[in-house]
Parts: sequence; C-alpha cells; structure tokens
Amino acid sequence: MAKETGIMSWKELELGNSITRPGNAGELKTGDWRSMRPVTDYEKCTKCGQCYIFCPDMVYKKNAEGYYEQNYYYCKGCGICAHECPVSCIAMVQEGD
Amino acid sequence: MGKRIGVEVSIAAAEAAALADVDVIAAYPITPQTHIVEHLSELVADGHLDAEFIPVESEHSAMSCCIGSSAAGARTFTATSSQGYALMSEICYIASSMRLPIVMTVANRALSAPISIWNDHADMMMSRDTGWIQTVAENGQEVVDLIFHAFKVGEDHRVLLPVQVNLDGFILSHMIEPIHMPDKAEVDAYLPPYKPAMRLDPAHPVSMGPVGMPDIYTEAKMAQDQALRNSKAVIVEAWKEFGDKFGRYYKPVETYKTEDAETIIVSMGSISETAMTAADALRAKGKKVGVARIRLWRPFPEAELFEPVKGAKNLVVLDRAMNFSGGDTGILGGEVKSVLFDQNHHPSLRNFFVGLGGRDITVQNFEEMVEKASANGGKPVPYEIINVRD
Repeated sequence: MAKETGIMSWKELELGNSITRPGNAGELKTGDWRSMRPVTDYEKCTKCGQCYIFCPDMVYKKNAEGYYEQNYYYCKGCGICAHECPVSCIAMVQEGD
Repeated sequence: MGKRIGVEVSIAAAEAAALADVDVIAAYPITPQTHIVEHLSELVADGHLDAEFIPVESEHSAMSCCIGSSAAGARTFTATSSQGYALMSEICYIASSMRLPIVMTVANRALSAPISIWNDHADMMMSRDTGWIQTVAENGQEVVDLIFHAFKVGEDHRVLLPVQVNLDGFILSHMIEPIHMPDKAEVDAYLPPYKPAMRLDPAHPVSMGPVGMPDIYTEAKMAQDQALRNSKAVIVEAWKEFGDKFGRYYKPVETYKTEDAETIIVSMGSISETAMTAADALRAKGKKVGVARIRLWRPFPEAELFEPVKGAKNLVVLDRAMNFSGGDTGILGGEVKSVLFDQNHHPSLRNFFVGLGGRDITVQNFEEMVEKASANGGKPVPYEIINVRD
C-alpha cells in the first residue's frame, strides 16, 4: 500500500496487502477530514515553537525566517496548537469559510 | 517406491506432513484433536523429523503461531477439528488475507451444542468463507495424497493461499486403512522446497497485515477473491502432475456411473463410498443411479459439477450440516442450486440433511432419498432431514 491508497487499483496491491516500503505512511493524506483549520497571525507570533512541540501529527515545520508553518496535508484540526500557543496567535477557522 | 501399509489415517496424515518436510507445527493437543498432531509431536521428539513443534495454549494461538512461522518463511502445518476450528476461525480469515500457504487438516466433526465429538460437516461449512482453498477426502489414501497436493498448490507463487484438507472425523481420522505411503525421494520429486514470495526479513523490511481503510478494503478483497478463483487451474495442474508421478489421478468432481444416470447423488467426503454402494444396489433393481462427489469445495467447481449432472432428471444433494432457516436448501444444496439456476435445462433437485453429529447413513437411507427425488416430478420441495424421529 505504497502511494495514496485512494487511487490504487486492486491489481497494484502488494501480496497480502503488505507494506514493502517502510515509512511510507508519510504519503498517506490524513488531513482531509478536519472541520476547523489553524491559521497563524505572524504579526503576534514569537517563534517559540510550542505549536511544533504539541502538534500530534507533525503538521508544523520551521521556515527560513524561523516561523512555524502548517502543512495541511496532515492537519486534522484538533486545535491543540491554538490552545497551547502562549500569545494566542493561532485562530481556529471554519473550513470552507 | 514407498509401500502399502495398514495404518490409522491420522497417523498416515502425520507421516505425510513429515514427508513434506514441514518446518513448524503449532497445535493445541486436546479434544477435539486427532492423532495427527500427537504423532507429529512424537516424530519431532524422537528426532525423526527436524521441525519445531509448538504446543500452544489454544487453537486461536495455534493459527496465530502458524501465521508467524509462515510469514517468516517456514513450511507450516497444523490440524484441528470442530470446536477447536471454531476458536481458531478468527485467525483463519487473516491467514488467507495475508496469503500465507499454511496447510491444515480438519477432521470434520459436529459443533456443539448438544456436546458432540462425532462426524458431520458443521466445521467445514463454518470455514467455507474464510478464503482458504479447501479439498475434501473420501478415504485415507486421499487424505495423504491431498496433503502433498496442498503444499504444492498453496506454495505455488501463482497461488499463495492456505489450504484446508477436510477428512471425516472418526470415519476417516480414526480408521485403520490400507494406504500407500510414498518414500521421501518420491515426495521430494513432486514437492520442491518452499520458497516464500515475501517473508519477514530484517534485511528487507516489510509490514504484513496492516490496517485497510475503507478506501482500500474493497480492493484488498477483490484481489483475494481473484487469487482464490485463479487457483483452480493450478489445483488441477498439480493433480495431473501428482497422477503422472504416483499413478492416482484426482479432479475437482469425481463421478461414478453418471453417464446414463437418471438420478445422481451429489455428496462430499466418505459418505460417497456408501453412496456408490447404494447406486450399485439400486442399479441391481433397475434404477439408473450415479454419484457426483465434490472433492474441491473451494474454489467451487461450478462447470466441473454441472457437466456430469446436466443430463440427469433428479439430483439428490446431501448436506451434513444445518443451515438454520436459510431458505429451502442446506449450504451445499444452495450452492448446487445456484449452479443449476442459470442453465436452460437442468435436473430437479432434492436436498437432504443426513448424518448429523455422527448419525449413520445407510444404503436404505439412500434408497429412500432416491425414491423421494424420483417421485418429486420436478416440483420444488424444501429440504428434508432424513432419519429424524417424529
């Protein structure tokens, strides 16, 4: 079950549905069922990295300027980052708005 | 050249697994078991067989253990029966989904309650949808031959599925029969060493048996179904090669005097020997009766079954397990009926439940069933339990 499973034909499955490439879970899109998305106000952000530390799904990544940005491919909208942010610079915004 | 010996069928089955050079046997040695695993444990303990015998704490663990050893690349064997099979069944589905060529003999016995250790096909019918290849033996010789065949087919890289060899509990498993046991060189010439297509190997890491989300489960089942359906060609091919080497030829459906038969008995397992005796007895009275015996239960041999029975007037289909409130047929009855349904011209069908929980089936029972089927006149009649006291 290598690539994004949603597009695989039954003929492409490995024997017994085995995973033959270790670590390929990173390719699995797990961020497509959230109802709220975290949006950072970089004017307020202090680059403390609490969002990065607390995120259970490795959504945050440090960019060149030292700010932490979301990768929505994995984000499920749990809101832990917004809850933990010490300067309240992350807002949970309704998806689709 | 091997030799023909008088031997208990369970002991012969164990010797066959040993001749197949199994690497691992995991089994739970308590009733309902057979001498199959008991004798294998003796062979290992006495140094006659170089294999791991793993006595586990339940049948559930036995099959779990078999999955582990097969995944590691070991030729794996186990045996069970009725209640033991029931406990094991959860893991049997996993073995076939993971495409692990485990071989298991099942000495078919009734499922409790009432508590029964006697022969019928309740466990085999329970295992019907596990996705295993399933063969059904008629006699001791066939049990031995089907075990070699099971490893040959299951391990074939065009197949890679577990195989269940069914033999009637007590009537076969505990009977002493004359059986030709081949020697090791003959078996080796038929059955090459097991070469796994994929195995647990730290040098080449794989994850077996992962979760399947709704977006992949359907595809996984499609692939599994195709594998089982496609295995039939290899099953037949391996029987042909077996016949060429050992002189005993097998096919998915065995027939006896079906060519001119007006009534054909459709059966599975050792009861078919009584059915043939009954067919002869009825022919002596001027009734044209034949027998079609299903040896390959999964994948189901639709065409191979229809071909010999299509010219008959009546079929007598024998079920040896209940199908509680499942329409007007038993399980085998329903499968045979589905084969007939799409045909323009086909025999009428009478379905009987016989031989439940060790009840004997006599030639007189067969005469009664054939009589009832002939009197049917083609009108649909629901199944009937034979020999039940009012």
